[in-house]
Amino acid sequence: MSKLKIEDLTLIFGKEKEEALSLLKEGKSKAEILEQTGCTIAVKEASFQIEKGEFFVIMGLSGSGKSSLLRCLNRLIEPTSGKVILDRLNITSLTDKELQEVRRKEMAMVFQKFGLLPHRSVLENVAFGLELQQVPETEREEKAKTVIELVGLNGYENQPTDALSGGMQQRVGLARALANEPEILLMDEAFSALDPLIRTQMQEELIDLQKTMHKTIVFITHDLDEAIRLGDRIAIMKDGEIIQIGTPEEILTNPATDYVSSFVEKVDRKSIITAASLMFEKPTVAIAGKDGVEGSLRKMRVSGLTTLPAVSIDKEFLGFVYLRDLLEIKSQGHHVIAKAIRRDIPVAYPETTVEQMLPFIAENGRAVPVVNKNNNKLLGIVAQTSLLIETTGTSWENITGNAIDHLQNEII
Amino acid sequence: MIHIGNYIEDFINWLTKHFAPLFDMIKVVVESVVNSVEWILMFPPFFVVIMLIAFLAWKRTGLGITILTLAGLTLIWAMGYWEQTMATLALILSSAFMALLMGIPLGIWAAKKPLAKKIIRPVLDFMQTMPAFVYLIPAVLFFGLGKVPGAFATIIFAMPPAVRLTTLGISQVPEDVVEATRSFGATPKQLLFKVELPLALPTILTGVNQTIMMALSMVVISAMIAAGGLGETVLKGITQLKIGLGFEGGISVVILAIILDRITQSFGTNRKKALHS
Repeated sequence: MSKLKIEDLTLIFGKEKEEALSLLKEGKSKAEILEQTGCTIAVKEASFQIEKGEFFVIMGLSGSGKSSLLRCLNRLIEPTSGKVILDRLNITSLTDKELQEVRRKEMAMVFQKFGLLPHRSVLENVAFGLELQQVPETEREEKAKTVIELVGLNGYENQPTDALSGGMQQRVGLARALANEPEILLMDEAFSALDPLIRTQMQEELIDLQKTMHKTIVFITHDLDEAIRLGDRIAIMKDGEIIQIGTPEEILTNPATDYVSSFVEKVDRKSIITAASLMFEKPTVAIAGKDGVEGSLRKMRVSGLTTLPAVSIDKEFLGFVYLRDLLEIKSQGHHVIAKAIRRDIPVAYPETTVEQMLPFIAENGRAVPVVNKNNNKLLGIVAQTSLLIETTGTSWENITGNAIDHLQNEII
Repeated sequence: MIHIGNYIEDFINWLTKHFAPLFDMIKVVVESVVNSVEWILMFPPFFVVIMLIAFLAWKRTGLGITILTLAGLTLIWAMGYWEQTMATLALILSSAFMALLMGIPLGIWAAKKPLAKKIIRPVLDFMQTMPAFVYLIPAVLFFGLGKVPGAFATIIFAMPPAVRLTTLGISQVPEDVVEATRSFGATPKQLLFKVELPLALPTILTGVNQTIMMALSMVVISAMIAAGGLGETVLKGITQLKIGLGFEGGISVVILAIILDRITQSFGTNRKKALHS
């Protein structure tokens, strides 16, 4: 079951919310509703689910409603209609007291402008959430110190927060959120106020932290590069609507609208697209110890290929066999293909990026085998044409459809 | 011609007639507060009080103000106005205390509720711009002559800055800090006491300072309704055209004003410094 479920969530700003809502249900456009009622639709009928332990990024430009949507999740802003469901708990119907409890225990938030208490030290800021829960002082300071160490703030415990740099202040913000041990972290443009170098560093640290914490994170950003770097999945918002949800690769390789593609164009794909998404799965293979020379030649004839990857019976990748080598050893009277296998072929793993695979083309002009890192089993084959298309930036459409047949032939 | 004055008179008379028990109760309370403060200031020998005030000045401010406090208060004693000065100080402190007791909560209320702010603001404008002497008339009608009507007029006159600056201080607390506090599940009470009031404190303390200073000016004026103290000395100087007497009373007021101002101001500014050291 998903950790957080957002159902048909709409947020309207203005006085005549009810009227605006009914107009919205009739299918009127935002502009029409604004004209008739003076109300702005900040979030329009958003529905999505976030899995436990998922790093979910909501990306959009300013005014797209992303921050308002985030604030609806813990009801810092009351949604006009729709539901937010945490596990089985309907957040939208909670009383003030129950909501306080959820904010204290389940969801903690990190803010763009940090929102730290300037009259308190780092330690007191980090312990603030626990203080609100009336945790005894020694206990909360102990907890706070653990978290301070986790985010790399040790030694700063007694500093006032406004003497710290932006990056350090945001560490305090993050530590304050983590001290509550929440299941869900809501991060509102948490790194946007930081300068680029510090931002990248914080992103990396957050990724490292997440590897051990496994929190469910909802992260807001206006920066697609950041979204791609951090997100397991990304939701793209425009004018209050979610227009696409998918993994970074899905969004890059298959943008839902022109708006998304215009964003995606600017992203450096080489470092994002992986072998897993480029490879052709289940290629025809010659199985050493099962297919003899004759069997392998038959497979080549049927598939019309002149080169096959060779695998062991356990599907372990061994190398490539070539038509002319097979014919040669056949004339020498051999029946097993072992002798014809060209070994020591460089391999890629599913997570290997296009960028990392580029040297392979230069080296041998052959397709790149993709294997499982642990057991060396062959998973698929990446054609060099695919690599070239990705690096030169020709659009994906050109290699789908008819081009596929052509590719399959050329692959090996 | 419209005689608003007549209506006001009728209204005040009506109040005096029908709310007499209430006014009596207020009178008892205010009188006991003023008398207790006066007793505290008058009971110890004068040099003990001077030393205590000078010690406070030394703790909160620099050497200069400390010396000025010592010299100034000693001068007042030497001129023979010690009792009047302490009576004035008691009236200032107790009226300011009661003004703050009402003003700060009102200020918080106005900061929280836009409607309250809409109502309170014009009332405050009215209270501040109305010539101070005018308050003396209903004060006398409600409470007769003496310290209590003096305190009453002073409370009304001195309250506005406490209300205004409390409201200002709380609305100046950064929105993101308030939002962050709410996001961690703070109750409205926790938000107020752990975040808003501490952050608004320097501004509120400026309000406290202003309230005390306004109380001082009003306490002197309220000598006209027999509130006593230094105001009485000054008033005597005016009515009997005794310039020396008026001047002596005046200079005592100035000394008291400087000491009160510097000490109360220090609470606002030192706080910021303390956090950074």
